[in-house]
Amino acid sequence: MFARFGRFRSRTAAWVALLPALAIILVAHAGSTGWTIWMSFTSSRMLPNSNFVGLRQYVTLFNNDRWLVSIHNLAIFGTLMVVGALAVGLLLAIAIDQRVRAENVLRSVFLYPFSMSFVVTGLAWQWMLNPTHGIQKLVRGWGFADFQFDWIVRQDTVIFTLVIAGVWHAAGLVMAIMLAGLRGIDDEIWKAARVDGIPTWRTYASIVIPMLGASFATAGILLSASVVRLYDLAVAMTNGGPGLASEVPAKFVMDHLFERGNLGLATAAATSMLITVVSIAAPLFYARARARAQETRR
Amino acid sequence: MIARSIRVVVPAALALAAGMGSAGAQQRAEVIHWWTSGGESAAVRVFAEQFTKAGGQWVDTAIAGGANARTAAINRTVGGDPPTAMQFNTGKQFDDLVEANLLADVDALARQQNWKAILPEAISAAVTRNGKYFAVPVNIHGQNWIWYNKAVLEKVGASEPKNWDEAIAILEKIKAAGLIPLAFSGQKNWERDLFNTVMLDKAGPAVWNGIYAQRSEAAARSADFRAAVDTFAKLRSYVDAGSPGRNWNDATALVIQGKAGMQVMGDWAKGEFAAAGKTAGKDFGCTLFGSKGGGYVMGGDVFAFPKQKDAAKSGAQLTLAKVMLEPDTQILFAQKKGSIPVRTDLDVSSLDICAQRASKMIQDKSQQVASVQMLAPPAMNGAIEDLVSQFWNGNAMSHDQFVDKMVAILKGSY
Repeated sequence: MFARFGRFRSRTAAWVALLPALAIILVAHAGSTGWTIWMSFTSSRMLPNSNFVGLRQYVTLFNNDRWLVSIHNLAIFGTLMVVGALAVGLLLAIAIDQRVRAENVLRSVFLYPFSMSFVVTGLAWQWMLNPTHGIQKLVRGWGFADFQFDWIVRQDTVIFTLVIAGVWHAAGLVMAIMLAGLRGIDDEIWKAARVDGIPTWRTYASIVIPMLGASFATAGILLSASVVRLYDLAVAMTNGGPGLASEVPAKFVMDHLFERGNLGLATAAATSMLITVVSIAAPLFYARARARAQETRR
Repeated sequence: MIARSIRVVVPAALALAAGMGSAGAQQRAEVIHWWTSGGESAAVRVFAEQFTKAGGQWVDTAIAGGANARTAAINRTVGGDPPTAMQFNTGKQFDDLVEANLLADVDALARQQNWKAILPEAISAAVTRNGKYFAVPVNIHGQNWIWYNKAVLEKVGASEPKNWDEAIAILEKIKAAGLIPLAFSGQKNWERDLFNTVMLDKAGPAVWNGIYAQRSEAAARSADFRAAVDTFAKLRSYVDAGSPGRNWNDATALVIQGKAGMQVMGDWAKGEFAAAGKTAGKDFGCTLFGSKGGGYVMGGDVFAFPKQKDAAKSGAQLTLAKVMLEPDTQILFAQKKGSIPVRTDLDVSSLDICAQRASKMIQDKSQQVASVQMLAPPAMNGAIEDLVSQFWNGNAMSHDQFVDKMVAILKGSY
């Protein structure tokens, strides 16, 4: 009897403590999301109104070249950036895991880009990649007059420059996560592999890397989040140019929300982004929840 | 003498009329604007000083970037904590605020100062909604100036061009001389401004108004518009590889340093020349192209006044509006800003030759067209910006496709 009351009281205390956070989530998060979705069905321009127009904003949106280019760009950027950062980060982690000298220094150096904001990253890379005063000019100055590296000013290649900057920025973080994973692997496994005469690369490829699943998941989720909200890097580095070639969805939303005073279209774009993220994330969560449920049943 | 005493008496009377309860209290005006660069903040200080002289207290809220400043001001107005005055570009940016009944009109002052007579008609129309004045215009910016380095043009044996055909011949010569022909800043709004400059020269005011004001498909399908598209496409070969993403003032610097021949930019570029110690007419030249009449694209800035709960604040708004249009303020401001006064009844001999030329053009209606910001809502201008930018960068879009997409925008629900 007493015990049950005590449990009830501690539950209440927990709920009371959670209440402010819960209220913020409900109002600021769910409330804003709901409002955004509602706005996308209205004809709102600079100021919100309640003039219901059905799916008209979505029709306009999916006939808009810039939006289509933005989605396409995000798909390219997302795939290459996540894969690239995972690969580079893993290689860096493996290199450092060879008990190199000055490990601490190297680790800090590789992790350093992550401490910079995307705006600084974007500006720095913009300067380096600019053909008239960046890497191209430098190499030409060394005597290679035909050297060409003008990706950032070409429409068909500019998106890859965003990938380069993105990978440079995130690889250090992936390295840190992977390194923690590598250090967590039991030494016995290495000893056993050595006894069996398995070459080091083979041990990594077939034994160690498959054991890093949790590290990959963590890094992958962090990277995916930064892909979806990709905005400041594109603004600082290319501002969506040349032309529309490096436009991204978040920038589409921001530009239409503020500068262009087109709330209806902006919220339709934001809602489309939400639907996309949910439709990718929901099956993953479902699969994980199912796996966990099966585990407990066992 | 009389003018001066009026200047002292009227604000005092306004202050009395507005705030009987708080008589003697200073008029405080919080002004949100985006004038943050060197020349700009010197210009806005003119307003602040003149307002202080009129017995007010200026509270400066400068927010860098036009869109940021407007967003902040609009959010505060909608949220019930409006500033005393907020800046907009002359045009449609405050339409929705008028519709939502959030702005106070300045009609009484407009009648008192006889705005109808002293303002160019297009500017007057741009600040009038439903027959009432809703903002005070403070300056006029020409958006389609062609700036050129005199030494570079002399070197290639050319003189000031009169239209785009002549200009292209000169650009070709500059290219042959190994310099950058056209200094360009490849950002969407400047790409659009360059296109507009070409379009006004090639197609004239009829097509200009047809596209931006009447949204006419016929204008977009006209032969003149097509000629503008063709000429615009030619210009791609006269910009350098570093132009995408460049800032406009960096492009101006190329002209100042003699690394490039010309630049198309609004008259705010003059501030850069002035800061580098260059004189208009001596080191650099300015000209406008208008082969079909109407060579001056007229834009500018206005201040709008959100409705206030406090009567004293409304009084401050009236004083501020009045001070901004005073002849002294107008001339001093234009000197610092590089713009020209919005009033047509002033002596502009103290301004430079480019500004004097512009001042002549605003006297004559047939010489001007209204800026796109005045004619079309931001959403439509943005869509056109995207289209022009897509066309300018890369050869993927044919000229026919460009026209078709333009027509689609004109018919869209912006």
